[in-house]
Amino acid sequence: MAGSKAFAQMGDVKSGDDGGMNYLSRLPRRIVTIYLPLGVFVFVLLFPFYWMAITAVKPNQELTDYKNYSPFWVVDPTLDHIKYLLFETSYPGWLWNTILVSLIATLLSLIASVFAAYAIERLRFQGAKQIGLAIFMAYLVPPSILFIPLAVMVFNLGLYDTRFALILTYPTFLIPFCTWLLMGYFRSIPYELEECALIDGATRWQILIKIVLPLAVPGLISAGIFAFTLSWNEFIYALTFIQSSEMKTVPVGVLTELVRSDVYEWGSLMAGALIGSLPVVILYSFFVEHYVSSMTGAVKE
Amino acid sequence: MASSVPASPPLLARLEQSRLGLGILFMLPAAVLLLVFLTYPLGLGVWLGFTDEKIGRPGIFIGLENYEYLIDDSVFWLAVFNTLLYTTVASGLKFGLGLWLALLLNENLPFKAFFRAVVLLPWVVPTVLSAIAFWWIYDAQFSILSWVLMQAGIIDTPINFLGDPNNARASVIAANVWRGIPFVAITLLAGLQTIPPSLYEAATLDGAGSWQRFRYVTFPLLTPIIAIVMTFSVLFTFTDFQLIYVLTRGGPVNATHLMATLSFQRGISGGNLGEGAAIAVAMIPFLLAAILFSYFGLQRRRWQQGGDN
Repeated sequence: MAGSKAFAQMGDVKSGDDGGMNYLSRLPRRIVTIYLPLGVFVFVLLFPFYWMAITAVKPNQELTDYKNYSPFWVVDPTLDHIKYLLFETSYPGWLWNTILVSLIATLLSLIASVFAAYAIERLRFQGAKQIGLAIFMAYLVPPSILFIPLAVMVFNLGLYDTRFALILTYPTFLIPFCTWLLMGYFRSIPYELEECALIDGATRWQILIKIVLPLAVPGLISAGIFAFTLSWNEFIYALTFIQSSEMKTVPVGVLTELVRSDVYEWGSLMAGALIGSLPVVILYSFFVEHYVSSMTGAVKE
Repeated sequence: MASSVPASPPLLARLEQSRLGLGILFMLPAAVLLLVFLTYPLGLGVWLGFTDEKIGRPGIFIGLENYEYLIDDSVFWLAVFNTLLYTTVASGLKFGLGLWLALLLNENLPFKAFFRAVVLLPWVVPTVLSAIAFWWIYDAQFSILSWVLMQAGIIDTPINFLGDPNNARASVIAANVWRGIPFVAITLLAGLQTIPPSLYEAATLDGAGSWQRFRYVTFPLLTPIIAIVMTFSVLFTFTDFQLIYVLTRGGPVNATHLMATLSFQRGISGGNLGEGAAIAVAMIPFLLAAILFSYFGLQRRRWQQGGDN
């Protein structure tokens, strides 16, 4: 509704009587063409989170009683669902697994990526260009076509149902991404700095540690938190490679363990989703700029 | 660059010699991880597609039997159709709405940084967890959407969001679009911000209206980044698994089965690893098409940059 209105308005402007630049257009028009659609967008994009949060603190009798309680508000908020989640399920264990797996996989990928990106971008060894392209191609291989052969491998290696299965497979999508991103950052560091260091007798190792890495810190942060988020959100590998409850990650645990009977425990499900989302949201809120730059950087390069 | 150091040939020689060696050494950790856990499984997947491997029993080579079986399997073709439908509709909507949102965010707004941060949230939160929220929003009995529509007097009974084939398709597409819009919008916004304002001023002086400014200035300059963003978006949508697995598991009557979910169902839940791998391999031609699309998008950008200079 609001959309078609706004488009109609955009069409009207075609007459060209408004002189052009945005600051010249009048306020009522701006409200209809900009603020109203933007408001609808923000409302739709945020509503599921509100719904998640409000359901997580609703007592069960309010949850399904739309006649006596407005569904949009909670009269008597309760922490029962969260308490149940934290003390009567394996949820804390899943959180711990997710943190552990995400941190180690991210760290592993970052270290491997720093070396790879530096080698491709700065050592310029023979075939570096082709390897750079291969890395980009690896970035485009989706987990959905890898999980079956990986499951076979994980099983044969005796890693089935261990955290190692995840720690070793997550880098398959983290390394290509991080390397690609870091290549962009390394490219922006002037060659002259390295040349000076080489003349002063520094080794490649010293150059990497003392000159390139300190200058690429923003890139490292971007790649790191982005990789952490990707591992935190990963689902299909964790679903396939893990079976026992105590090894599961949050997304898998919430879906497979909290949905048991026919009567869904919506309150605790939503609480699980909310608490599982919070760590990445908090991380995100501190590093918004890094997120945006890593997302756009990965696409732009 | 090292050749500009004439003083010490040993150093130079050592550098030249070690460049390849050092390069290989530095590439080693990444290369080992990727070769073992990405390249090898990719090949193994293709091989498994030609075998009848089952969980707990190694398979033997059976040639094209898996594929012959799939060609006659109506569920497989339904999954292909669903995947194409899902990808086309969801990507189209994501592109349209994402571009619109990007244009809105590119305006002079108060709290611009705040809006941008908030808009990206659906993309940051784990898909499975937001999908669980959608599951509750789409509940057959207590859906908040049904309630609002009933209060407004538009419908009389709750909508059966996930129980009816077409409703289920629309519902999963809506959830996918919800999650994908932020990615498209924020990356396109970054592209929009690189367009110099002087071009708009020039166009306005020449009498271009806002539609013409969009059509003849914004859109052509944005085309390269649109090509790449949409390739990624198509790739992610085509291989989507999580949303479907949470919301419908492919049901009702396979109406929302995508190739990825069918591959999981047959390969892991059903234990027919060979057949599951064959379905996954069947996705590769489509993915290659998307990658080639991206490649030509990049080529075009290079050509444009060369033309400008």
